[in-house]
Amino acid sequence: MPSALAETLAVLLLIATLGCAIVRPRGLPEAVVAVPAAALLLLLGVLPLGQAGTEARSLAPTIGFLAAVLVLANLCDRHSLFDAAGSWMASGSRGRPVSLLALVFTAASVVTAVLSLDATVVLLTPVVFATVARLRLRAKPHVYACTHLANSASLLLPVSNLTNLLAFGASGLSFARFGAIMALPWLAAIGVEWLVLRRFFAGDLVGHGETTDVRPLPVPVFAATVVALTLVGFFVTSALNVSPAFAALGGALALAVPALARRRTSIGDVARSIDVPFLAFVLALGLVVKAISIHGLGSVVTHIVPGGTGLGSLLLIAVVAAVLANVINNLPAALLLIPAVSGAGAGPVLAVLIGVNTGPNLTYVGSLATLLWRRVLIRRGEELPIGEFLRLGAITVPPVLIATTVALWISLRLVG
Amino acid sequence: MTDMHIVVWVVEGTWQGCVDAALQNFPADSRFTLLHVTPSDVTEAADAASIGLFGRGFPGRKPNPLFDDIADDEASSLLAAAAARLGDPDVERLSRRGRVEREVVRAVAAGVDVLVVARDGDRSRLGPRSLGHATRFIVDHAPCAVMLVWPDETPGIDSIPPPKHGPKPPHPPHHRHDDR
Repeated sequence: MPSALAETLAVLLLIATLGCAIVRPRGLPEAVVAVPAAALLLLLGVLPLGQAGTEARSLAPTIGFLAAVLVLANLCDRHSLFDAAGSWMASGSRGRPVSLLALVFTAASVVTAVLSLDATVVLLTPVVFATVARLRLRAKPHVYACTHLANSASLLLPVSNLTNLLAFGASGLSFARFGAIMALPWLAAIGVEWLVLRRFFAGDLVGHGETTDVRPLPVPVFAATVVALTLVGFFVTSALNVSPAFAALGGALALAVPALARRRTSIGDVARSIDVPFLAFVLALGLVVKAISIHGLGSVVTHIVPGGTGLGSLLLIAVVAAVLANVINNLPAALLLIPAVSGAGAGPVLAVLIGVNTGPNLTYVGSLATLLWRRVLIRRGEELPIGEFLRLGAITVPPVLIATTVALWISLRLVG
Repeated sequence: MTDMHIVVWVVEGTWQGCVDAALQNFPADSRFTLLHVTPSDVTEAADAASIGLFGRGFPGRKPNPLFDDIADDEASSLLAAAAARLGDPDVERLSRRGRVEREVVRAVAAGVDVLVVARDGDRSRLGPRSLGHATRFIVDHAPCAVMLVWPDETPGIDSIPPPKHGPKPPHPPHHRHDDR
């Protein structure tokens, strides 16, 4: 098949894959289109079997790690860790909206860093929403803080974001070194988000919460200890050249056994939280992007993206990554860009992460996703109330991008 | 009974001021309606964030229905608290969901004499933009009288900034003829 035709076919299949993943017609899993798309590319020889095998082998540890982290986060919820966090936020804030926002920032940043952005979006945000409702305060600043920090506070550790897991292998860094370099950019991102949100929502951070029936729940000591030990385990396993996925697996097992014994969860619930269709989707998406990459787009990307570690190159990489994340979504953007820059060392790989992780705050979920979502909502005859969200994205993303990249540049010089 | 129909828009954080203003300024036998609007963009934003995950992880735990339930509970408990403060547990209550400012204007579209609104926006920076977006829209479009309430303390007359270029000096009297 001529290369141009192969490339066109692969791009069309990527669009179909992403479209199905976002619209989820009839609630079907995202793998329903992704897996046949990858299979078709293999059958037609657009993606040679050998290259597919290499790609699958390089993605496998990442997918295993992701599965273990998802199980771990789900079990933390079954151990009431998030409900407890909500009650501490309510009582710790003493009903003051700005104090509550500070505690939400802390919780969202820590949960995102340690248990991944998925945990913040799906498990923490509803708890924050319920906490704000119980205090009878306005939800908007606190909920928007969660959605923003799920992206911009996902820079710290390889587990914080699926894109980080994809980059972790390519960066050649240990878990500890990754965290050490990304600590400063992570703090910079949170700091800029705080300054902007605090000012943007000043009018909604008013009044005094009603704290009469707010009592802090008992600390789930066991679950909190397991999470802390798992975190230590990430560093130790990586230092011993063992996949940190085993630390996540250990933590998940430690939480699963007592939760199963006390019937807080079931085998079925644990199995469902592994989410096999999603893991298949990631693998298939990786293969489709690989097919696009080898038929010309890869060399185009390598051409466009600079490989240096100077501040200018890092900024350019981060901006390109942020733009691409908004055009085709951050997961395919990471899959496309990371191989293109990984030859140039850790700095450019981490700059890609800054772009693909903090960039999506600009247009919600990447513009392709936004477009499809808009279509769905219009079909349902609903207005799209996202003007404020887009305005907030437009004023946070550029300063976050610049501040985090400068912080990365400094970090690379300090930590190396 | 007077035939005044007063709608009191209650919002988290500022509702007490509105209810108190309604009690102080209108006859007790006026017809009161308490209105609460749940902003739809908050739940939409949270929902969109989960769409951004491609629905991964934690299958069957889509946050949005949960958000709607929490928001509905909160709205009815806030309206109940406002009714208690108004001293009339049977007062008419309206609970809406959508674009806040549009829903408020829609709720007072006909047969309403006064809408009681707490100022929103950043009250630490008083000036042309200190009215928040929703209040500004309502002041512009509500087809009835709007009573704008300070939710906490009134700012005091000293919050007026000094004129930008200083007061214009009065014109000096024309002394031309005298000069000659």
